[in-house]
Amino acid sequence: MNWIYDSWPWYISGPLISLVMFLLLMMGKRFGMSSNLRTMCTLCGAGKTSDFFKFDWKAQRWNLIVVLGVIIGGAIANNYLSLNTVIPLETKVASDLKSLGFQSAGEAYMPDLLFSEDALKDPKILILLILGGLLVGFGARYAGGCTSGHAISGLSNLQIPSLLAVIGFFIGGLVMVHFIFPLIF
Amino acid sequence: MKSIIYLIIGVFFGIVLFKSEAASWFRIYEMFQFGSFHMYGIIGTAVITGTLLIQMIKRNRLKTFYGEHIYITPKEKKLTRYLLGGIIFGLGWALAGACPGPMFVLLGAGYLPMFIVIISAILGTFLYGLLKDKLPH
Repeated sequence: MNWIYDSWPWYISGPLISLVMFLLLMMGKRFGMSSNLRTMCTLCGAGKTSDFFKFDWKAQRWNLIVVLGVIIGGAIANNYLSLNTVIPLETKVASDLKSLGFQSAGEAYMPDLLFSEDALKDPKILILLILGGLLVGFGARYAGGCTSGHAISGLSNLQIPSLLAVIGFFIGGLVMVHFIFPLIF
Repeated sequence: MKSIIYLIIGVFFGIVLFKSEAASWFRIYEMFQFGSFHMYGIIGTAVITGTLLIQMIKRNRLKTFYGEHIYITPKEKKLTRYLLGGIIFGLGWALAGACPGPMFVLLGAGYLPMFIVIISAILGTFLYGLLKDKLPH
Protein backbone atom coordinates (compact mmCIF):
# COMPACT_ATOMS: atom_id res chain seq x y z
CA MET A 1 0.00 0.00 0.00
CA ASN A 2 3.03 2.27 0.13
CA TRP A 3 2.42 3.48 -3.42
CA ILE A 4 -0.50 5.53 -2.09
CA TYR A 5 1.94 7.81 -0.28
CA ASP A 6 4.08 8.40 -3.36
CA SER A 7 3.16 10.66 -6.25
CA TRP A 8 0.67 8.82 -8.49
CA PRO A 9 1.94 8.11 -12.01
CA TRP A 10 0.22 9.78 -14.97
CA TYR A 11 -1.04 6.48 -16.41
CA ILE A 12 -2.99 5.83 -13.20
CA SER A 13 -4.13 9.43 -12.60
CA GLY A 14 -5.44 10.12 -16.13
CA PRO A 15 -7.81 7.12 -16.23
CA LEU A 16 -8.97 7.91 -12.65
CA ILE A 17 -9.95 11.44 -13.77
CA SER A 18 -12.00 10.01 -16.63
CA LEU A 19 -13.60 7.64 -14.11
CA VAL A 20 -14.86 10.73 -12.25
CA MET A 21 -16.38 12.01 -15.52
CA PHE A 22 -17.96 8.58 -16.13
CA LEU A 23 -19.43 8.32 -12.63
CA LEU A 24 -21.01 11.77 -12.96
CA LEU A 25 -22.51 10.81 -16.34
CA MET A 26 -23.90 7.66 -14.73
CA MET A 27 -25.40 9.85 -12.01
CA GLY A 28 -27.12 11.81 -14.80
CA LYS A 29 -24.82 14.84 -14.45
CA ARG A 30 -22.02 16.50 -16.44
CA PHE A 31 -18.42 16.89 -15.30
CA GLY A 32 -17.53 20.59 -15.09
CA MET A 33 -15.93 22.49 -12.25
CA SER A 34 -16.13 26.08 -13.49
CA SER A 35 -19.95 26.15 -13.61
CA ASN A 36 -19.74 26.19 -9.81
CA LEU A 37 -18.21 29.65 -10.01
CA ARG A 38 -21.37 30.81 -11.79
CA THR A 39 -23.56 29.15 -9.18
CA MET A 40 -21.57 30.91 -6.45
CA CYS A 41 -22.27 34.25 -8.19
CA THR A 42 -25.98 33.44 -8.15
CA LEU A 43 -25.75 32.53 -4.45
CA CYS A 44 -24.20 35.95 -3.80
CA GLY A 45 -27.20 37.61 -5.46
CA ALA A 46 -25.74 38.26 -8.93
CA GLY A 47 -29.16 37.45 -10.46
CA LYS A 48 -30.20 41.00 -9.57
CA THR A 49 -27.61 42.51 -11.92
CA SER A 50 -27.52 40.07 -14.84
CA ASP A 51 -29.89 37.51 -16.34
CA PHE A 52 -26.90 35.23 -16.83
CA PHE A 53 -27.10 34.49 -13.12
CA LYS A 54 -30.89 34.13 -12.93
CA PHE A 55 -31.36 30.40 -12.57
CA ASP A 56 -32.39 28.01 -9.86
CA TRP A 57 -29.11 27.35 -8.04
CA LYS A 58 -30.66 24.32 -6.36
CA ALA A 59 -30.39 22.46 -9.68
CA GLN A 60 -26.61 22.86 -9.27
CA ARG A 61 -26.51 21.89 -5.61
CA TRP A 62 -25.05 18.49 -6.50
CA ASN A 63 -22.03 20.17 -8.11
CA LEU A 64 -21.43 22.37 -5.06
CA ILE A 65 -21.36 19.16 -3.02
CA VAL A 66 -18.73 17.79 -5.42
CA VAL A 67 -16.68 20.97 -4.76
CA LEU A 68 -17.02 20.48 -1.02
CA GLY A 69 -15.74 16.93 -1.55
CA VAL A 70 -12.82 18.23 -3.62
CA ILE A 71 -11.79 20.55 -0.75
CA ILE A 72 -11.98 17.65 1.72
CA GLY A 73 -10.09 15.43 -0.76
CA GLY A 74 -7.29 18.01 -0.95
CA ALA A 75 -7.06 18.06 2.85
CA ILE A 76 -7.04 14.25 3.12
CA ALA A 77 -4.45 13.83 0.36
CA ASN A 78 -2.09 16.42 1.80
CA ASN A 79 -2.42 15.48 5.47
CA TYR A 80 -2.91 11.72 5.44
CA LEU A 81 -1.86 10.33 2.06
CA SER A 82 1.45 12.07 1.47
CA LEU A 83 4.84 11.64 3.10
CA ASN A 84 6.69 13.93 0.75
CA THR A 85 4.98 16.39 -1.57
CA VAL A 86 8.08 17.79 -3.28
CA ILE A 87 7.62 18.07 -7.05
CA PRO A 88 10.72 16.64 -8.74
CA LEU A 89 11.41 19.19 -11.47
CA GLU A 90 13.89 18.69 -14.24
CA THR A 91 17.12 20.61 -13.47
CA LYS A 92 16.69 23.07 -16.34
CA VAL A 93 13.08 23.92 -15.38
CA ALA A 94 14.06 24.32 -11.71
CA SER A 95 17.05 26.56 -12.46
CA ASP A 96 14.98 28.71 -14.85
CA LEU A 97 12.39 29.15 -12.12
CA LYS A 98 15.03 30.00 -9.53
CA SER A 99 16.42 32.70 -11.79
CA LEU A 100 12.89 34.18 -11.97
CA GLY A 101 12.82 34.28 -8.16
CA PHE A 102 11.01 31.01 -7.43
CA GLN A 103 13.51 29.78 -4.83
CA SER A 104 11.40 26.80 -3.77
CA ALA A 105 11.38 25.25 -7.29
CA GLY A 106 12.21 21.56 -7.02
CA GLU A 107 11.81 21.64 -3.23
CA ALA A 108 8.06 22.04 -2.67
CA TYR A 109 4.55 21.33 -4.01
CA MET A 110 3.73 25.00 -4.50
CA PRO A 111 5.97 28.07 -4.92
CA ASP A 112 6.52 30.01 -1.67
CA LEU A 113 6.82 33.16 -3.75
CA LEU A 114 3.07 33.04 -4.53
CA PHE A 115 1.45 30.78 -1.97
CA SER A 116 3.26 31.08 1.36
CA GLU A 117 1.29 33.01 3.95
CA ASP A 118 3.84 35.82 3.80
CA ALA A 119 3.33 36.13 0.05
CA LEU A 120 0.09 38.04 0.60
CA LYS A 121 1.99 40.83 2.37
CA ASP A 122 3.56 41.76 -0.96
CA PRO A 123 1.04 43.92 -2.89
CA LYS A 124 2.53 42.78 -6.21
CA ILE A 125 1.91 39.11 -5.41
CA LEU A 126 -1.60 39.90 -4.19
CA ILE A 127 -2.35 41.67 -7.49
CA LEU A 128 -0.96 38.73 -9.49
CA LEU A 129 -3.13 36.22 -7.59
CA ILE A 130 -6.22 38.39 -8.10
CA LEU A 131 -5.39 38.81 -11.79
CA GLY A 132 -4.86 35.05 -12.24
CA GLY A 133 -8.22 34.31 -10.61
CA LEU A 134 -10.06 36.96 -12.65
CA LEU A 135 -8.65 35.61 -15.92
CA VAL A 136 -9.53 32.00 -15.03
CA GLY A 137 -13.09 32.88 -13.99
CA PHE A 138 -13.76 35.22 -16.91
CA GLY A 139 -12.10 32.97 -19.51
CA ALA A 140 -13.75 29.77 -18.32
CA ARG A 141 -17.25 31.22 -18.63
CA TYR A 142 -16.46 32.98 -21.93
CA ALA A 143 -15.15 29.68 -23.35
CA GLY A 144 -18.07 27.82 -21.78
CA GLY A 145 -15.91 25.50 -19.69
CA CYS A 146 -12.52 24.80 -18.20
CA THR A 147 -10.11 21.90 -18.12
CA SER A 148 -12.73 19.44 -16.86
CA GLY A 149 -15.54 20.54 -19.17
CA HIS A 150 -13.51 21.06 -22.36
CA ALA A 151 -10.14 19.28 -22.09
CA ILE A 152 -11.51 16.11 -20.47
CA SER A 153 -15.27 15.85 -21.16
CA GLY A 154 -15.40 17.76 -24.45
CA LEU A 155 -12.39 16.12 -26.07
CA SER A 156 -13.58 12.68 -24.88
CA ASN A 157 -16.86 13.38 -26.66
CA LEU A 158 -14.86 14.43 -29.78
CA GLN A 159 -16.18 18.00 -29.75
CA ILE A 160 -14.42 20.39 -32.13
CA PRO A 161 -15.43 23.43 -30.02
CA SER A 162 -13.61 21.86 -27.06
CA LEU A 163 -10.52 21.33 -29.20
CA LEU A 164 -10.62 25.04 -30.09
CA ALA A 165 -10.94 25.94 -26.41
CA VAL A 166 -8.02 23.67 -25.46
CA ILE A 167 -5.89 25.24 -28.23
CA GLY A 168 -6.84 28.60 -26.70
CA PHE A 169 -5.84 27.37 -23.20
CA PHE A 170 -2.42 26.46 -24.57
CA ILE A 171 -1.91 29.69 -26.51
CA GLY A 172 -2.74 31.65 -23.34
CA GLY A 173 -0.55 29.47 -21.13
CA LEU A 174 2.43 29.61 -23.48
CA VAL A 175 2.18 33.39 -23.86
CA MET A 176 1.99 33.82 -20.06
CA VAL A 177 4.93 31.57 -19.25
CA HIS A 178 7.24 32.52 -22.14
CA PHE A 179 6.50 36.21 -22.71
CA ILE A 180 4.76 37.64 -19.64
CA PHE A 181 6.60 35.81 -16.81
CA PRO A 182 9.98 37.40 -17.74
CA LEU A 183 8.29 40.83 -17.46
CA ILE A 184 6.52 40.30 -14.14
CA PHE A 185 8.93 38.07 -12.18
CA MET B 1 -28.16 9.43 -0.26
CA LYS B 2 -27.34 11.05 -3.60
CA SER B 3 -25.59 13.89 -1.78
CA ILE B 4 -23.26 11.39 -0.12
CA ILE B 5 -22.38 9.90 -3.51
CA TYR B 6 -21.54 13.37 -4.90
CA LEU B 7 -19.46 14.07 -1.83
CA ILE B 8 -17.53 10.80 -2.25
CA ILE B 9 -16.97 11.48 -5.98
CA GLY B 10 -15.67 14.95 -5.04
CA VAL B 11 -13.35 13.61 -2.33
CA PHE B 12 -12.01 11.02 -4.77
CA PHE B 13 -11.47 13.66 -7.47
CA GLY B 14 -9.72 15.95 -4.98
CA ILE B 15 -7.37 13.17 -3.87
CA VAL B 16 -6.57 12.22 -7.49
CA LEU B 17 -5.84 15.85 -8.44
CA PHE B 18 -3.51 16.30 -5.46
CA LYS B 19 -1.73 12.94 -5.67
CA SER B 20 -1.28 13.17 -9.45
CA GLU B 21 0.42 16.55 -8.84
CA ALA B 22 -1.93 18.09 -11.44
CA ALA B 23 -2.81 20.59 -8.69
CA SER B 24 0.79 21.78 -8.41
CA TRP B 25 1.65 25.21 -9.79
CA PHE B 26 5.08 23.80 -10.74
CA ARG B 27 3.55 21.03 -12.88
CA ILE B 28 1.50 23.57 -14.85
CA TYR B 29 4.56 25.76 -15.41
CA GLU B 30 6.57 22.71 -16.46
CA MET B 31 3.82 21.69 -18.90
CA PHE B 32 3.93 25.08 -20.65
CA GLN B 33 7.74 24.79 -20.79
CA PHE B 34 7.44 21.27 -22.30
CA GLY B 35 9.73 20.25 -19.44
CA SER B 36 8.15 16.87 -18.71
CA PHE B 37 5.65 14.40 -20.14
CA HIS B 38 3.78 14.15 -16.82
CA MET B 39 0.84 16.54 -17.46
CA TYR B 40 0.52 15.47 -21.09
CA GLY B 41 0.38 11.87 -19.87
CA ILE B 42 -2.40 12.69 -17.40
CA ILE B 43 -4.53 14.67 -19.87
CA GLY B 44 -3.77 12.23 -22.71
CA THR B 45 -4.72 9.07 -20.82
CA ALA B 46 -7.77 10.83 -19.34
CA VAL B 47 -8.97 11.73 -22.84
CA ILE B 48 -8.23 8.27 -24.30
CA THR B 49 -10.04 6.37 -21.53
CA GLY B 50 -12.74 9.07 -21.48
CA THR B 51 -13.34 8.60 -25.22
CA LEU B 52 -13.63 4.82 -24.74
CA LEU B 53 -16.06 5.26 -21.84
CA ILE B 54 -18.26 7.71 -23.78
CA GLN B 55 -18.23 5.42 -26.84
CA MET B 56 -19.25 2.56 -24.56
CA ILE B 57 -22.14 4.65 -23.21
CA LYS B 58 -23.26 5.58 -26.73
CA ARG B 59 -22.89 2.15 -28.39
CA ASN B 60 -24.57 0.25 -25.57
CA ARG B 61 -27.12 3.02 -24.97
CA LEU B 62 -26.20 2.85 -21.31
CA LYS B 63 -28.68 4.33 -18.87
CA THR B 64 -27.81 6.24 -15.71
CA PHE B 65 -27.82 4.44 -12.35
CA TYR B 66 -31.40 5.72 -12.08
CA GLY B 67 -32.50 4.31 -15.43
CA GLU B 68 -32.55 7.60 -17.34
CA HIS B 69 -31.31 7.98 -20.91
CA ILE B 70 -27.84 9.59 -21.19
CA TYR B 71 -27.71 12.35 -23.79
CA ILE B 72 -24.65 14.57 -23.96
CA THR B 73 -25.58 17.91 -25.53
CA PRO B 74 -23.09 18.84 -28.29
CA LYS B 75 -21.25 22.14 -27.71
CA GLU B 76 -22.59 25.03 -29.81
CA LYS B 77 -20.68 25.65 -33.04
CA LYS B 78 -18.83 28.91 -32.50
CA LEU B 79 -15.25 30.01 -32.98
CA THR B 80 -14.54 33.31 -31.23
CA ARG B 81 -15.78 32.42 -27.78
CA TYR B 82 -13.77 29.21 -27.60
CA LEU B 83 -10.51 30.67 -28.87
CA LEU B 84 -10.70 34.04 -27.13
CA GLY B 85 -12.21 32.66 -23.93
CA GLY B 86 -9.70 29.82 -24.05
CA ILE B 87 -6.74 32.20 -24.38
CA ILE B 88 -7.96 34.33 -21.46
CA PHE B 89 -8.42 31.17 -19.38
CA GLY B 90 -4.96 29.90 -20.37
CA LEU B 91 -3.30 33.16 -19.29
CA GLY B 92 -4.88 32.79 -15.86
CA TRP B 93 -4.26 29.04 -15.65
CA ALA B 94 -0.51 29.57 -16.12
CA LEU B 95 -0.34 32.57 -13.77
CA ALA B 96 -2.36 31.14 -10.88
CA GLY B 97 -1.10 27.65 -11.72
CA ALA B 98 -4.53 26.25 -11.02
CA CYS B 99 -7.78 25.73 -12.88
CA PRO B 100 -11.17 25.65 -11.10
CA GLY B 101 -10.77 22.06 -9.78
CA PRO B 102 -7.26 22.32 -8.31
CA MET B 103 -8.08 25.73 -6.75
CA PHE B 104 -10.39 23.99 -4.31
CA VAL B 105 -8.00 21.04 -3.82
CA LEU B 106 -5.26 23.48 -2.80
CA LEU B 107 -7.55 25.40 -0.48
CA GLY B 108 -8.30 22.09 1.26
CA ALA B 109 -4.61 21.23 1.32
CA GLY B 110 -4.07 24.41 3.34
CA TYR B 111 -2.66 26.84 0.76
CA LEU B 112 -4.75 29.71 2.07
CA PRO B 113 -3.72 32.35 -0.54
CA MET B 114 -5.75 30.19 -2.96
CA PHE B 115 -8.80 31.71 -1.28
CA ILE B 116 -7.91 35.05 -2.94
CA VAL B 117 -7.67 33.27 -6.32
CA ILE B 118 -11.07 31.60 -5.83
CA ILE B 119 -12.82 34.85 -4.84
CA SER B 120 -11.23 36.54 -7.88
CA ALA B 121 -12.35 33.70 -10.15
CA ILE B 122 -15.92 34.14 -8.88
CA LEU B 123 -15.56 37.86 -9.56
CA GLY B 124 -14.19 37.13 -13.05
CA THR B 125 -17.23 34.95 -13.74
CA PHE B 126 -19.45 37.81 -12.54
CA LEU B 127 -17.67 40.25 -14.88
CA TYR B 128 -18.31 37.90 -17.78
CA GLY B 129 -22.00 37.82 -16.86
CA LEU B 130 -22.09 41.63 -16.93
CA LEU B 131 -20.25 41.98 -20.24
CA LYS B 132 -21.63 38.86 -21.95
CA ASP B 133 -23.93 40.64 -24.42
CA LYS B 134 -21.20 43.07 -25.48
CA LEU B 135 -18.63 40.37 -26.24
CA PRO B 136 -18.19 38.64 -29.59
CA HIS B 137 -19.13 34.98 -29.38
